[in-house]
Amino acid sequence: MFAPFILALRAAGVPASIMEYLALLRAMKEGVAGFSVDDFYHLSRAALVKDERHLDRFDRVFGEIFKGLESPQGEAPRELPVEWLRKLAERVLTPEEMEQVKALGDFDTLMETLKKRLEEQKGRHQGGSKWIGTAGTSPFGAHGYNPEGVRIGQESSRHRRAVKVWDQRTFRDLDEDEALSSRNMKVALRRLRRFARTGAATELDLPGTIGATARNGGSLDLHMVPERHNAVKVLLLMDIGGSMDDHIRICQELFTAARSEFKHLEFWYFHNCLYERVWRTNRRRRETERPTMELLRTYGPDWRLVIVGDATMSPYEIIQPGGSVEHWNEEAGQVWMSRATRHFRKAAWLNPVDPSHWRYTQSIGILQRLMDNRMYPLTLAGLETMARELAR
Amino acid sequence: MGRFKGTEKYVASRELEVAVNAAVALQRPLLVKGEPGTGKTVLAQEIAKALGYPLIEWHIKSTTKAQQGLYEYDAVSRLRDGQLGDPRVHDIANYIVRGKLWDAFEAEQPVVLLIDEIDKADIEFPNDLLLELDRMQFFVYETRKTVAARHRPVVIITSNNEKELPDAFLRRCFFHYIRFPDRETMERIVEAHYPDIRRDLLREALNVFFEIREVNELKKKPATSELLDWLKLLTIEDMPAEALRSSDAKTTLPPLYGAMLKNEQDVHLFERLAFLARRRGQ
Repeated sequence: MFAPFILALRAAGVPASIMEYLALLRAMKEGVAGFSVDDFYHLSRAALVKDERHLDRFDRVFGEIFKGLESPQGEAPRELPVEWLRKLAERVLTPEEMEQVKALGDFDTLMETLKKRLEEQKGRHQGGSKWIGTAGTSPFGAHGYNPEGVRIGQESSRHRRAVKVWDQRTFRDLDEDEALSSRNMKVALRRLRRFARTGAATELDLPGTIGATARNGGSLDLHMVPERHNAVKVLLLMDIGGSMDDHIRICQELFTAARSEFKHLEFWYFHNCLYERVWRTNRRRRETERPTMELLRTYGPDWRLVIVGDATMSPYEIIQPGGSVEHWNEEAGQVWMSRATRHFRKAAWLNPVDPSHWRYTQSIGILQRLMDNRMYPLTLAGLETMARELAR
Repeated sequence: MGRFKGTEKYVASRELEVAVNAAVALQRPLLVKGEPGTGKTVLAQEIAKALGYPLIEWHIKSTTKAQQGLYEYDAVSRLRDGQLGDPRVHDIANYIVRGKLWDAFEAEQPVVLLIDEIDKADIEFPNDLLLELDRMQFFVYETRKTVAARHRPVVIITSNNEKELPDAFLRRCFFHYIRFPDRETMERIVEAHYPDIRRDLLREALNVFFEIREVNELKKKPATSELLDWLKLLTIEDMPAEALRSSDAKTTLPPLYGAMLKNEQDVHLFERLAFLARRRGQ
């Protein structure tokens, strides 16, 4: 029954499966949704969407598929007398507005629209719910007429609110995307996990217990050891803006993939080369800036530093004080780079530029040297080598 | 079977009601996500109350294993009993310790089972419960018995999104994301909890609260539960509404801020903002 809906969802990247579709149909049969559109919206959302990042996509598809289906079925549109319409229009529109309408030209088209509206309104009343104003389709609103006069979209009925819910797209911020295509990145990053014994003693230490029991003359003496835990902490610095714009997507992919793999993951942005400041959110850069020194103080040497950047810039931006393209830097980029690599002994640079081009860019060579040759291409193979290097 | 509706104490949106009723009607688990402090755990208690079922809570920690929810075989005490010559040792069933799921399956009447903060556990934890939650039965290897649910329990699972849950697990659940309540809903929630709070105090407190939430960079944004705590404190202290009005949340710390700002970095952030604002003011 709703097959096109499911297919559209899948096309939009919401991973709804046949199992969820059947669950939805069963729930409909059980009468969970009753007979209202907003209940159906809520129900299908609960059944088909399993991740808040997909809610926005779901809202978009729902709005598309069910547009125009909001009116209850079984009520054939009825013909309205033109005279009555004209009278109604005269009643609800002021004389000036009528003039404006005429000025706009096509009065008949407007009448046609008004007619349609009224038909819909009629049908809806008989369906027991109230008027619905679909955003952006009312020529009255669009041309600045008093919508209250026409009584379009005035009532805030439950029905209308539901439409607004999926039109508002409240979950837009949660859509991080890219997580689906990043499965293979996850596999590579998994290598970064370092298994260390920390935390509470929860596992039986078998050799220890046997030894202790034997020493105890055969009566049981249990020994426990802490369980293996993923204790890797990663500090991710990402180059943003300028020449990196081409690579932003792949970086975001890396970030989404990485997030679930580490105990701690912190990420900061910089531009071109590391200087005295980094920031958290590129859009609100000024507010979220932090001194790099603070970063070095906050995150201990046990953190792994991963820098993502194309390292492509003028050599002056690295070796000269004041060489930065966007501000005056007291100390050269290379000072900051070596400070960072001295502090974080486990560090690596991921470069999205194809390695075959590396030797043509001087700045890549310089940074390669500053990183002690720990620069790897942003590919699966490169990630694996990096992970092996960092996990040692 | 009763239908779930919001109660006097718990303001449930229509979408939440639909999701809960779908999960109850189809006897599938309901996965609830949302910011910490938006009432995920309380939801299970309210569902139990609304349906009139007892509630069994299983709180997950990082060390929790799926098997612990089913049963545990206490080999150590059996070994000890064997050494001491206790006759109990001959029946292995004496050493099977029931878990929460077993309790829920064997209960005389349908129950609500809350699996709280499933994301705290190991990444494989949800996978280990797939079959058990699907069929609502499991096999006890030691006694070679199958434990099947007499009544399928209503399973509510909460997650704080610390780990991603496996797809196969998600397919079997209904899902609801508790959105952060808007101002209007928040007023209703507060009134449900403190029906006789002073209107002016509530208005000012909500102003401050939503202003604080707007400050980005907070490590932990205050949520509903923090607001309720704070309001309680304000009422106990009998704080006049003016005391809140004078304070622009972006520049000074609100009175009794300890209820809302939960870590020192956040308090620190506010102090720094206050300092900057004062300096700018001079």
